[in-house]
Amino acid sequence: MTSIDLQTRDIKPLRNTYTHVARYIGGDKPASRYQEATMGAQPTQNFHYRPTWDPRYELFDASRSAIKLNDWYVLKDPRQYYYATWTIARAKQQEAVESNYQFVDSRGLLNRMSDEIRATACQVLMPLRHVAWAGNMNNCFITAYGYGTALTAATMFHSMDHLGVAQYLTRLGLAVDEPGVLDAGKNDWLEDPRWQVLRRLVEDTLVLQDPMEMFVAQNLAIDGNLYPLIYGAFIDDYLTPRGGTAIAMLTSFMPEWFDETSRWVDAVCKAAAAESPENKALMSQWAKVWGERAQAALAPVAAIALGTEGEAAMAGVRETYAKRCAKVGLAV
Amino acid sequence: MSNVFIAFQANEESRPVVDAIMADNPEAQVVYSPGLVKIDCPNRLVVRRESIEEQIGRSFDLQQIHINLVTLSGNIDEDDDSFTLSWKH
Repeated sequence: MTSIDLQTRDIKPLRNTYTHVARYIGGDKPASRYQEATMGAQPTQNFHYRPTWDPRYELFDASRSAIKLNDWYVLKDPRQYYYATWTIARAKQQEAVESNYQFVDSRGLLNRMSDEIRATACQVLMPLRHVAWAGNMNNCFITAYGYGTALTAATMFHSMDHLGVAQYLTRLGLAVDEPGVLDAGKNDWLEDPRWQVLRRLVEDTLVLQDPMEMFVAQNLAIDGNLYPLIYGAFIDDYLTPRGGTAIAMLTSFMPEWFDETSRWVDAVCKAAAAESPENKALMSQWAKVWGERAQAALAPVAAIALGTEGEAAMAGVRETYAKRCAKVGLAV
Repeated sequence: MSNVFIAFQANEESRPVVDAIMADNPEAQVVYSPGLVKIDCPNRLVVRRESIEEQIGRSFDLQQIHINLVTLSGNIDEDDDSFTLSWKH
């Protein structure tokens, strides 16, 4: 019988990573997939032509923003998401939501909610589909016109996440009520005076031209006030004690996602502001102006959601926002 | 004085775990061989969830280390936040 002699051969790679990655991580060391997907990926030169539709800029042009950074790769994502880790994370979360839908369905939990709670939930949440759509558009804008793969890759994931939120809200509406509830929400978004301040704010962000201002306005100011109000003060503190736990289950993705993405948003704002006093002043000003507009826009929404308790909720939201900005190094 | 050791499959998932262990245990030595990364340490080695979370920038369940754990030596003392190997002689 022939004996088989097994040996392990240790073949040392000649290089550990790509040169353009090694340049950023301090030499030829083993690099993580995130680093290899991000560092050095941004095209920087030899663009063939300027955009015919806007020849003021190159195809990728850092000067589209008033924020000045020596190295746009400082805007790293602490979550280190690249395509694989992001899709796997979101797929797991999707499975959790599916499981929640099955549970709510099998127990008939939606039918056991009062008509009043069901109606209030839809009244508040359906117009927010349009806000989420703007979040999708705005983050896509940052990817399109921003500079630096560390930022623009992450904002593309963020853009798709907003689409996911919009779809979850739609699915909630269809589960809780007839399809007409979506039209009713759109109608409120277009016609109800209490939504027009938020709508005007959202539409004003859609036409911003500076990708970093867009980032602060959408991801810090709008979402940073909207999510604590809606998923904290409204769903957790108001609906759930009144028998609306099913709504919390069916929107479970949103507060979880907000906590996760806040870490990234904070890191980007912190890094951009820390680079120079000019950046810090500019980021702070954006955070202040857009934050105040967001809070003014959400006050009537808080009234729809919480009635007389809306004002107290907004005070809490304002305090949370101010604390968050301070932690990130922005003076609002 | 004896060594404890812990060995993982050498892949992308275990990399931040290994980095966290090396950061938390100054006397630890790491050896890479084909497909395996082995960390030896005199007397005591601790794996901390918080340190791993710092490396990956996301939340981490300490039980996830078992996905890539190959083998180890030492007496185990574990809870949700840390996994410690030591010899009690």
